Amino acid sequence: MQVKSMHFKATSSAKLNDAVLQTALKKAKAKFVDGRAAAVAEIDIWQDIRTHAAALRDGVIANLDAYLLEFEANATARGAVVHWAETAEEANAIIVDLAKKNAVKIVTKSKSMVSEEISLNDALEAVGVEVVETDLGEYILQLAKEPPSHIVAPAVHKSKEQVADLFEAAHHRPRTVDIPSMTREAREVLRSKFLNADMGISGANFVIAETGTTLTVTNEGNADLVTTVPRIHCVVTGIEKVIPTLEDFATLIRLLPRSATGQSAANYLTLTTGTKQPGDLDGPEQMHIVLIDAGRTKLVGSDMKEMLRCIRCGACMNHCPVYQNVGGHAYGWVYPGPMGAVLTPTYVGIEQAGDLPNAATFCGECQVVCPVKIPLPDLMRKWRERQFDRALRPFSERISIAVWSAFATRPALYAFSTRIVARVAAWMGGKNKRITSLPGLDGWTDGRDMPAPAGKTFRERYRARQVGQVGQVGRVGDMGAADEAGQRSKPTP
Amino acid sequence: MSARENILARIRANSAKRGATTQAEMDQARSHIATRTRGPAPSIARQAPLVRFEQESERLKSTIDVIASIEEVPLATARYLRDNGLPTSVVGWPALAQLDWSAAGIAFANRLANREDAVGVTDCFCAIGETGTLLLLSSPLTPKLHALLPETHICVVSQSRIVATMEDAFDRLRTERGVLPRSTFFVSGPSRTADIEQTIVIGAHGPYRVHVIIAP
Repeated sequence: MQVKSMHFKATSSAKLNDAVLQTALKKAKAKFVDGRAAAVAEIDIWQDIRTHAAALRDGVIANLDAYLLEFEANATARGAVVHWAETAEEANAIIVDLAKKNAVKIVTKSKSMVSEEISLNDALEAVGVEVVETDLGEYILQLAKEPPSHIVAPAVHKSKEQVADLFEAAHHRPRTVDIPSMTREAREVLRSKFLNADMGISGANFVIAETGTTLTVTNEGNADLVTTVPRIHCVVTGIEKVIPTLEDFATLIRLLPRSATGQSAANYLTLTTGTKQPGDLDGPEQMHIVLIDAGRTKLVGSDMKEMLRCIRCGACMNHCPVYQNVGGHAYGWVYPGPMGAVLTPTYVGIEQAGDLPNAATFCGECQVVCPVKIPLPDLMRKWRERQFDRALRPFSERISIAVWSAFATRPALYAFSTRIVARVAAWMGGKNKRITSLPGLDGWTDGRDMPAPAGKTFRERYRARQVGQVGQVGRVGDMGAADEAGQRSKPTP
Repeated sequence: MSARENILARIRANSAKRGATTQAEMDQARSHIATRTRGPAPSIARQAPLVRFEQESERLKSTIDVIASIEEVPLATARYLRDNGLPTSVVGWPALAQLDWSAAGIAFANRLANREDAVGVTDCFCAIGETGTLLLLSSPLTPKLHALLPETHICVVSQSRIVATMEDAFDRLRTERGVLPRSTFFVSGPSRTADIEQTIVIGAHGPYRVHVIIAP
């Protein structure tokens, strides 16, 4: 997918003024956030399962080569062909070659974010193959010629009226905005594609080393038709998706649907192991698995290696106040929200995606809801540090941070200067205690007033309080984004 | 060097490991796999499997009928089809063909399902209480399309084969079959989508209805 992350600021501004998008985002937020909370509340040991899942993902990543080789051996023993691709171009070349060799005319696809990374559809269409996206959301976007804006709900930004327009133009049937009727219409139109496709392409939520299995987690049933009907099944997936055992899958699937959509179970879990067996009436004759690096090995052993735990549930974006306001397209590449703020700079280069790690309030909610405990705010902070070290942020920002750092690392100087600033700012606030204009920071005060501080610094007030309440010192300031459900530490009142 | 070698070499270099993956490292990975360590299971997984299965199935919008003997499957099927105004021609798995379908007024076709079929009848390998899930295994006698193409999927579950968790299902699969079939297919309710305005619609590309008949 073409990278547009460098336009984050301009795109975000436009998205904030897009009324259709804003309505869609508000609706999605309510569904995803409340749905997840209710689904998680049913699991009494949610935190234990998260901890186990994070450890099992770390265990694989620490021995990734061995687990990939074990997966390869077991998949090959069952008749699958395992391909390895270092880059998007290599992956596309492998799949285009497969299509050519087998005279493939129609490809049906189930949703795959990796295929979005590598722009697989473009590569296949360039050699005359008809590619049909079959996930309803992806199908809508294929008609609209747009990329997905969410990794689980790709067309979350579209209104039913917009979908109705697309369907009317493509299907030449009477326009309807009744959602069940539109869904049936897509089913009917896509049915003949499913049954006439030569090759089915799917992603993989995980691949299992123990059995050489690839698997998909879906609700619509499209992935099952894609992987069962055509004579060739091709899986495109990242090398980090390997897990050791079926038991590990059982653990991860307790977390994935609840985190993603608030479902207790996804409708279809399809574990595919090898090709059609003798006597089978359905199933593909050939199975190809393309394992893609495209930047992933850069994370192995790095100070951001936790990112490789990711199971692509989308909870981090659903709970991100930035995503909730600007939507996925603003992020300019495949992965929106906090996960994208870490992955996009890694995969496409920080030079092209410098605003993403900075588009965060560091509220910490992404880490709280992450089913595999990825410390997303820390990882975004690491990208910010690298940008500072490599002088990739604007001069004014770098000089401000350098000045701040000079004060913050000298406690006496810090205490003295903040005492002055607190008093000057309190005076500036006047009777209304609002600062309406800040010299040099009018970008902030143009749109809103800043509440004036009380006139004394936190440290002054804290010391005064301690003197008054000897022996009752509370924990102060630690709003650590550790866990939810009572485990989020709160300052003592 | 091939892409495969390059990727493996990068993984090892970044993990501060020298040379190619050693036999000892492979053995370690294999012995970890062999432990098949289960993760922690929540309390909901310890509820009585049958009760939990019925409750979760309803939540997934599957319907349930409990019958006294396997011989009653055709009549139970006929009852469900009639109550829902559905056609009485069904396509089903060979193992069910021996039941007396014609006495129940049902035309049972023992062949692979196609797009014209309205109702597919299957049984299943086992079912899972925790999530109200059916587990179907592909084989020459149990093709997957019966559970996918028709708008209605009727699935016969043997009560003795309702297990508590997915881990229990995998144990049973290893004990009884040894290896995974081509397709290990977990079905939790009728197909659905929420891709237009996050509105849940039952019936996407798979069945609109899943009816579970629980036999002893």
